[in-house]
Amino acid sequence: MSSVTGMDIRIHTTFLPHTRPEASLAFYRDLLGFELVQDVGSGEMRWLTLVSPSQPDVRLVLAPPAADPGISDDERRTITELMAKGSYQSIILATSDLDAAFARIAGAAVEVVSEPAEQPWGVRDCAFRDPAGNMVRIDEVG
Amino acid sequence: MTRRAAEEHLADLALLRRVRDRIDRDHAQPLDVPALAAGVGMSAGHLSRRFKETYGESPYSYLMTRRVERAMALLRRGDLSVTEVCFAVGSSSPGTFTTRFSELVGMPPGEYRRRARTAPAGELPSCVTRQVDRPIRNREAPPSPDV
Repeated sequence: MSSVTGMDIRIHTTFLPHTRPEASLAFYRDLLGFELVQDVGSGEMRWLTLVSPSQPDVRLVLAPPAADPGISDDERRTITELMAKGSYQSIILATSDLDAAFARIAGAAVEVVSEPAEQPWGVRDCAFRDPAGNMVRIDEVG
Repeated sequence: MTRRAAEEHLADLALLRRVRDRIDRDHAQPLDVPALAAGVGMSAGHLSRRFKETYGESPYSYLMTRRVERAMALLRRGDLSVTEVCFAVGSSSPGTFTTRFSELVGMPPGEYRRRARTAPAGELPSCVTRQVDRPIRNREAPPSPDV
């Protein structure tokens, strides 16, 4: 599909920070159903690449926060504080069956931010925190 | 800051996040600050102080702001009275609700309801559509376009 610019540029990879990689992996893989396609690094310095089986060409990378060596200790502390208070990163996912997704996810010990509801901005969605404090909203789409 | 102190600080922030998320999730319930504090094992005073340091407003203020936002949406529907909306958003005192609504929105809820009903969204005065279209969080009315 071409755009007004004639370019074909799509979203290929997006990132979310983790603090405990195994906990985040369990959330996205075991609970949300993503598949782990690449696992690089060790300890807290791991880059976990996941894809949804229904959208295998879009990659979500769970990455250590503030891994850039150019980030100072003060800046790193600020980033981890923003993550802990829930004000850093977010993602919006989509599903065709919101109630089933919510029932499955909320049945696990995760932080529920919003039960399925019609939002004033015109979508029906629910919301959770992932183990690193990222906001994960799930929209219902046709 | 030692590593242990830093970890405790982050754990403390995560508790405050849970309180704020609980307000987002349950603000239509009859929540109050002591109940929010009890949910995370803090005293109400400690929670209020730390929440304000972290998020810039007290948990009570944040709770009422969320209720006012929800009330704006319900009032625009037009099928509920102001009193019904007050209770529907978890506020037990119409007086307190009306005062806070007026502070945040710039007009009392009854007037907001009347204005939203009498003009289609596309024909509302700009001062109203700004309020309709934009979140009011962390702002006090009357809103300026530059804020």
